[in-house]
Amino acid sequence: MKIRAQFAMVFNLDKCIGCHTCSVTCKNVWSNRKGIEYAWFNNVESKPGVGYPKNWENQEKWKGGWEKVNGKLELKAGGKLKKIVQIFANPNMPEIDDYYEPFTYDYARLHNAPLSEAAPTARPVSQITGEKMDKITWGPNWEDDLAGEFAARAQDPNFANMQKEMYKQFENTFHLYLPRICNHCINPACVASCPSGAMYKREEDGIVLADQDRCRGWRMCISGCPYKKVFFNWESSKAEKCIGCYPRVESGLPTVCSESCVGRIRYNGIILYDADKLLDAASTDNEQDLYKAHLDLFVDPYDPAIIAQALKDGVPQSWIDAAQKSPIYKMAVEWKIAFPLHPEFRTLPMIWYVPPLSPVQSQIDQKKLPTEADGVIPKAEAMRLPVQYLANLLTAGKTEYITSALNRLLAMRSYMRSVNVDGQPDLAPLNRAGITEQNAKDMYRYLAIANYEDRFVVPTAHEEIRLDDYHGFQGQNGFTFGADNSKGYGTFALFPERRTESAEPREPAPLAGERD
Amino acid sequence: MNAINFFFGVYPYIALSVFVIGSWIRYDNEQYTWKTDSSQLLSKSNMWIASNLFHVGILSIFAGHFAGLVLPHALWISLGVSDLQHQWIAIVAGSVFGTMCLIGGTILWLRRIFNPRVRAAGRRMDAFILGWLLLTLVAGLSTLPVSIGHANHGDPGVMLALSGWVQSVLTFQPKPELLAAVEPVFRFHMVLGMTVFLLFPFTRLVHILTAPLTYVGRAYQIVRSKRRVKATASA
Repeated sequence: MKIRAQFAMVFNLDKCIGCHTCSVTCKNVWSNRKGIEYAWFNNVESKPGVGYPKNWENQEKWKGGWEKVNGKLELKAGGKLKKIVQIFANPNMPEIDDYYEPFTYDYARLHNAPLSEAAPTARPVSQITGEKMDKITWGPNWEDDLAGEFAARAQDPNFANMQKEMYKQFENTFHLYLPRICNHCINPACVASCPSGAMYKREEDGIVLADQDRCRGWRMCISGCPYKKVFFNWESSKAEKCIGCYPRVESGLPTVCSESCVGRIRYNGIILYDADKLLDAASTDNEQDLYKAHLDLFVDPYDPAIIAQALKDGVPQSWIDAAQKSPIYKMAVEWKIAFPLHPEFRTLPMIWYVPPLSPVQSQIDQKKLPTEADGVIPKAEAMRLPVQYLANLLTAGKTEYITSALNRLLAMRSYMRSVNVDGQPDLAPLNRAGITEQNAKDMYRYLAIANYEDRFVVPTAHEEIRLDDYHGFQGQNGFTFGADNSKGYGTFALFPERRTESAEPREPAPLAGERD
Repeated sequence: MNAINFFFGVYPYIALSVFVIGSWIRYDNEQYTWKTDSSQLLSKSNMWIASNLFHVGILSIFAGHFAGLVLPHALWISLGVSDLQHQWIAIVAGSVFGTMCLIGGTILWLRRIFNPRVRAAGRRMDAFILGWLLLTLVAGLSTLPVSIGHANHGDPGVMLALSGWVQSVLTFQPKPELLAAVEPVFRFHMVLGMTVFLLFPFTRLVHILTAPLTYVGRAYQIVRSKRRVKATASA
């Protein structure tokens, strides 16, 4: 057993209102630069829809993630030799039009146009070529709120095994928002795809990063990530991705997308898992069992044996404390109401989602839909959102997990209603859904109230552990004279210079050993 | 010092010094600039055919030059390859891979000049170095008729002079006089070729030095632990 801590998140889709505040804050903080203006480390998709980039979920097209070949886990795009052979032109590489051509508008024209009868217009300008564009035909959120024809969004692969034509009718239309960031996977396909070894997972918190110095721009991570959350900076020719806001997280702050979320749908926390079992979990035969295998990776942070092992494996005590208070552990493991996005990609993603409820209130009021005994709370199967669709999104198509989670969310409501409306707690719905009264109260506190300190349990990084003289490091962080690299990269530098950093020599980070 | 002495006695050392020291400095100090500068994201059309033709062609040509010119003459003789066979192999391999490289490179160059996105995102140096490589290649291909003429007359003299010169340079005993008698088209090609080495550290070509061959033997997952920083007494 080898215990590692993972920084993880849960997004409560039930409360996402699709306001894109997360996307905008993230863009303003991290990717408001030339070359990745088209890249949204955080984006919010309207589902059903093809998403961003177009059809990213269709791995028959993009070959992202992993698959089982002859009982062995292998990258879907092929093994290492195949990658080397394909290195001159990656056949699975998206083109920028699969995202969208980044654009701005000729705003100056509004000021400078000569006097005319018609109001001047600000024409769109390509941010790549600087040329005027005739018309913008696609954008980062072109399908917002189900914009466009059904035929277009019907390409959504989550319609698999469904009578999708039914949902073409206006009365049967359904919709949910899907905010997406890098999943900081436990078995990341981008890391495995990177020929130069630039992509890596941090041991201490599991955040997946792209080493900007070591990246050579071979582009294999771009296609390797099944979520298409590694982006190619066309200006610098380097891979860039969501960095899990690690400078904030290390200081004990939530990520900026989570902090700014007005719907309070995002939860940040630590979860402990057994790294020795991850390959077996990712190699589970039946893809519908992957969610269960993933869940079984997580270990109980209260178990004394686990705590002892975690301390032995270098997890600090404060992180174990945080793991015990983790909202992620509660939602994913204790209440089982959160699920990984597309577990069938076999990357063991660590951004989990609480499926949304979608009651059709007018139908309930007219007593046209089956409800719980209270006559108000509808049954999980009678929601507007087809359970099969959610299952295709979150559990590789297995509906019973989703139904169970929806039932628990409904039972909590039913219980709270009995407390607040009837003044008499009714435990029957809780018993049917298999949760305790305390569970229901906690779920109410975490999901409905969603206090800041409940949503975000982020322990600070322990920088002092790696420094013998950590006071000597004081005042040195975040500042270098001139280019950061000017002190040389290699150990055998041509122009060795007295290194000004006393605490941290600029040696390349050692590659940790192989996954065991 | 006449031109031949300069270009074939002195220039190779200038080019090689700049190549080695320049690449070293850049690798050491400018890691962020060390990259392929791929533009596939911006335009994918024809990339598969053009990039593969170009890269397979140019890498094979480089390997061919290395095998034919740098490896010692005695090695080939001991392997039972006669000088004339050697010359014919060079002619055939050179024309095949040279043509591949020329077709691929031309498509890539046109793409770089005429594709509005690639043009906007590219640097002037990108088009220049690709153009220079193509020029060198065309000069190299135009030595073929001359070589075929020599081979038809069973005369490996020029080939031996060329490899003799390369080895004289690499052993620091340059013999530019070996090249006095060879046709000017060879010398033209060689000056262009040496200049590629001179320009190398200043271009995107450096990515060849970090070709990720170690990937094949690597474990898939990479986990980096926090670096344990040793106490430094000096500071």
